[in-house]
Amino acid sequence: MSLQVDRPLKLARQYKLQWEKAQDAWVLLYPEGMIKLAGGAGEILTRIDGERSTQDIVANLQSAFPGADLQQDVIDFLEHAYDKGWITPV
Amino acid sequence: MTKAGSPLSDNIKPPLWVNAEITYKCPLHCVFCYNPLNYASTFEKELSTEQWLKALREARELGAVQLGISGGEPLMRDDCEEIVAEASKMGYYVNLLTSGIGLTEERIAAFKAGGLDQIQLSFQDSTKEMNDFLSSTRTFDLKRKVARLIKQYDYPMVLNVVLHRLNIDHIEQILQMAEEMGADHVELANSQYYAWALKNREQLMPSREQLEHAEAVCNQFRERLRNRMKLYFVVPDYYQDRPKACMNGWGTVFLNIAPDGLALPCHEARMLPGLEFPNLRDQDVRSIWYESEAFNAYRGDSWMKEPCRSCDEKHKDFGGCRCQAYMLTGDARNADPVCSKSPHHALVTDQVALAQRAQSNDDEVRPVIIFRDDKNSRAFLDE
Repeated sequence: MSLQVDRPLKLARQYKLQWEKAQDAWVLLYPEGMIKLAGGAGEILTRIDGERSTQDIVANLQSAFPGADLQQDVIDFLEHAYDKGWITPV
Repeated sequence: MTKAGSPLSDNIKPPLWVNAEITYKCPLHCVFCYNPLNYASTFEKELSTEQWLKALREARELGAVQLGISGGEPLMRDDCEEIVAEASKMGYYVNLLTSGIGLTEERIAAFKAGGLDQIQLSFQDSTKEMNDFLSSTRTFDLKRKVARLIKQYDYPMVLNVVLHRLNIDHIEQILQMAEEMGADHVELANSQYYAWALKNREQLMPSREQLEHAEAVCNQFRERLRNRMKLYFVVPDYYQDRPKACMNGWGTVFLNIAPDGLALPCHEARMLPGLEFPNLRDQDVRSIWYESEAFNAYRGDSWMKEPCRSCDEKHKDFGGCRCQAYMLTGDARNADPVCSKSPHHALVTDQVALAQRAQSNDDEVRPVIIFRDDKNSRAFLDE
């Protein structure tokens, strides 16, 4: 199943996103585990707030990083995060 | 070399996972408990709330993110809510491991407000409780009540059931119960043979036939329930021919803190001779993790003997479990005898062979089962 681009997204229950100084990275915490996020993935997930949709996040990142064509990468990562169960439509 | 203060400490990664055994007090008497036999010796020496918070803060500063609050039964301490709430504020992902006994609505509301992330409810299932369960008496009613509270407070329902020879044939009833409770995850792990479970090993080890039956039933539930209830089934490591990668390697990820403040690389290490484990009362987590002789003792691979030393799988399983190697062979540096390459492997296969005896012969050959209770623990203290 793929994500609708205009549906608001939130982190799935059980997942917590936080900055970890010791890892020098954003991490996703879940029961008895941790996913260390690469820079871009952290930038995307920190924009998930229960209100923004996929297209809002793309627009937000485009204005934060002008000049880069991020759309497909962002969509691919959000699809991946959704498949993994990290995020869910509101 | 692995001595304190050696250059190895530059390569040591910070602890990620702290298990806080806040008390060994427990209302249950499970025959497979992995708490130390002499657990009663910690009753008078438990860390205070402040000492717990100090240790947790220090571990968090090093980079620890996962926190298990366990025991014993952690709800036996009335500062459990405070410890959970403070740890959550520090940025831990906090998981409460409980039998559910003592989990009232008032307490679960306090845990929720304090930021507790997950509750793992164990289904103890010693013989007496199995009977209770099968006849739907008190314990079962209590579990159901607690399970309802867990759902009501919007936690996923995570059930842990320890399987063994005496209950494994009831797997279908156990899974039906889990389904009725609306469990999201069910871990069905066979008991591992440490501490009380080692004392009771002969009674607890299932036969191959029992394991196959249990796994088949699990698969039927899996097939039917798919993602609605996720099932994990773990066979005893004695039935395998390669050891588990115990703790993902000694002193790499996991820090266990016992009720009396002893810092340990795993739940069981207290039993290992020749190592002086540091205590959080006297030392901070940083020096314990990076510099203590005990935490460096089995880091890396320079401590290994043959067959581990020249084994091409040594960085996969780290030679298995140091405690199991010690318990079964008398030397913690030996390969875990679960490994078929170990010259001591027969110590494991002999036990497996013994477990194949007919269930009906059990009464003749079984030694007396030893319950985990304070009286028995004090008796081990005197030994």
